[in-house]
Amino acid sequence: MSRILVIGATSAIAEATERLLAARGDALYLVARNEKMLAAIAADLTVRGSPRIATDSLDANDLSAHEAMLERAEGFLGGIDIALLAYGTLPDQKRCESSVELTVRELHTNAISVVALLIRLANRMQQRRAGIIAVISSVAGDRGRGSNYVYGSAKALVTAFLSGLRQRLRPCGVAVVTIKPGFVDTPMTAAFRKGVLWAKPERIGRGIVRALERKRSTVYLPWFWRPIMFVVRALPESVFMRLPL
Amino acid sequence: MVSQTVSSWGNLARSSSVVYGLRSRYEAFPAIPAGATILPYGNGRSYGDSCLNPGGALLLTRSLDRFIAFDRDAGLITCEAGILLADILQLTVPAGWFLAVVPGTSAVTVGGAIANDVHGKNHHRAGTFGRHVRQFELLRSDGQQLTCSPETNPDFFGATIGGLGLTGLITCAQLQLRRIPGAGMDLEVIRFANLDEFFRLNEVSDQNFEYTVAWIDCLSRGRSLGRGLFQRANHSASPLGHAKVRIGHLAMPFMAPFSLVNTATLRLFNFLYYHRPGIRRRRREHFQSFFFPLDSVANWNRLYGPRGFYQYQCVIPEPAGPEATAQLLEKIARSGQGSFLAVLKQFGSLSSPGMLSFPRCGVTLALDFPNTGARIERLFTQLDEILAAAGGRLYPAKDARMPAELFRHAYPRWREFARYVDPACSSGFWRRMTQGEVVLNGAAPPTERA
Repeated sequence: MSRILVIGATSAIAEATERLLAARGDALYLVARNEKMLAAIAADLTVRGSPRIATDSLDANDLSAHEAMLERAEGFLGGIDIALLAYGTLPDQKRCESSVELTVRELHTNAISVVALLIRLANRMQQRRAGIIAVISSVAGDRGRGSNYVYGSAKALVTAFLSGLRQRLRPCGVAVVTIKPGFVDTPMTAAFRKGVLWAKPERIGRGIVRALERKRSTVYLPWFWRPIMFVVRALPESVFMRLPL
Repeated sequence: MVSQTVSSWGNLARSSSVVYGLRSRYEAFPAIPAGATILPYGNGRSYGDSCLNPGGALLLTRSLDRFIAFDRDAGLITCEAGILLADILQLTVPAGWFLAVVPGTSAVTVGGAIANDVHGKNHHRAGTFGRHVRQFELLRSDGQQLTCSPETNPDFFGATIGGLGLTGLITCAQLQLRRIPGAGMDLEVIRFANLDEFFRLNEVSDQNFEYTVAWIDCLSRGRSLGRGLFQRANHSASPLGHAKVRIGHLAMPFMAPFSLVNTATLRLFNFLYYHRPGIRRRRREHFQSFFFPLDSVANWNRLYGPRGFYQYQCVIPEPAGPEATAQLLEKIARSGQGSFLAVLKQFGSLSSPGMLSFPRCGVTLALDFPNTGARIERLFTQLDEILAAAGGRLYPAKDARMPAELFRHAYPRWREFARYVDPACSSGFWRRMTQGEVVLNGAAPPTERA
């Protein structure tokens, strides 16, 4: 049995992952904003097999609330084996282009608040010299695209931060897992037309659990995004800038 | 707002609908434009237009897939309505509980199973799915949330069971399960030479077997009219490991360019299947391959090609059953149309709880037909005549073409039902059946508020 903290526990990908964790008998501490959703998910995960479960309501943008939440989580679980950060928003790129406030707010949600949590989590796990920190970043962070670069740059920051953190924590036995999903059919992307590259949250959840078991450093989910992003990253900027992506 | 092209299991027509989703059962009923209509849409396993709302909106329910509680002592499962029957079995079979009634596929939602009051091979023992629904929550477009059970809001309970999603959104439900010793089935397959033998076999089997159903060779005629294989089974008392409930581990990866089911392939298949070896041996089988043989092949409906297929499922009440069934089979065999999916089953006398529930005491015949346009419609017209004369009816969940008069005649409570239809809800099927009639959808006020 692992003791797992999930922040952003009501996101579709997080929920799919939690179901697998519950079925294998893990204890869960679920954190999100919407208390009713949290309660519904906690009941579901209890039925699916989680022996111990608690929920906590938090707005991740309230950085001053982080420490107390982590304290409560550690208190309930008796130590955190795995911390999964799974929250985020998909900014309206067009609106961001004309709004400094919105852009800054989105960067705060998707990057700054994540970094704030990571600093605290890293120090706790470093002391215990064990644990896994897993964060859902995105393929969008691999290169900024005209249609989505506010989200992309936030995720790029998270990805870069994680790779540095991984180097730092490796000697103390703490693993850092960067999860990069591609297009996922979730409420976040409800407004998009779905094509062949789209995956269901259940498939992403299975990939996340596998990555946790193997303590992988970076996973693309589904796997085919690795070669796709390899090509996307390899394109010279002179070519890339002309692409309608 | 997203527009999506949606088709139902029969692949007969594609229609574009604006789709709405819900993240949880606590969300409000979506606000749709005035005058527009909406229909809850589960897993799309209805064959025709009863799960479609061409030109209107669909309310996707698959995201409501959370368990709420599982009482392992009393065998009560409470869950959201978008959960699949397969997911429930996955959870409950290892705990020694089984759904009281399962249809031929586990890939239907709980909401869909209620809204179509589905039946199974144990109808003669357990009746329909709706009989085992303890209660459910119904969310109406005006925001009302009604708790419905045989005791509370019994009229909405009766309208919603078999109500084709028209009475509002079922958000969650509580189901009574039945005890099983394990995941295995003790199964016997017996070859029968004609329809008379079927009825004889059925009579002796119904007493000792919980599940009975027959496959028939729909092309055989004359003295072997209605020949086939009779299956009868009980849950096995000896243990069999619980294998995972799997849906679609094989797949029909693309739409066949034309129907692979035609007279030639059908003749060959039916001959070989009828004469297959290993008959009359008692054997042990996993419940999944017994109840849901086709669930292992994802998208098997693509076999019928881009024009899709119809299913004709009717029930003929006693005592006209045997005679009318023979007439139907004769017509079908003579036409040379049909498919290897031809099923005959005797329903029992347990009443169905829904105003529009399909099952009633009698014999039910279900056949798939590739869509051959006017040719198949001619056959259907002939079958309808036999059916109407025998006082039988067709199953809305499987239907894409029944004449409105046949429906209104065979489901005499349809007008009463209409009073419980949510004013914001409609479907292709409902418009087809009520065309030209003055229908006051939703005229009935709820008697009791939850």
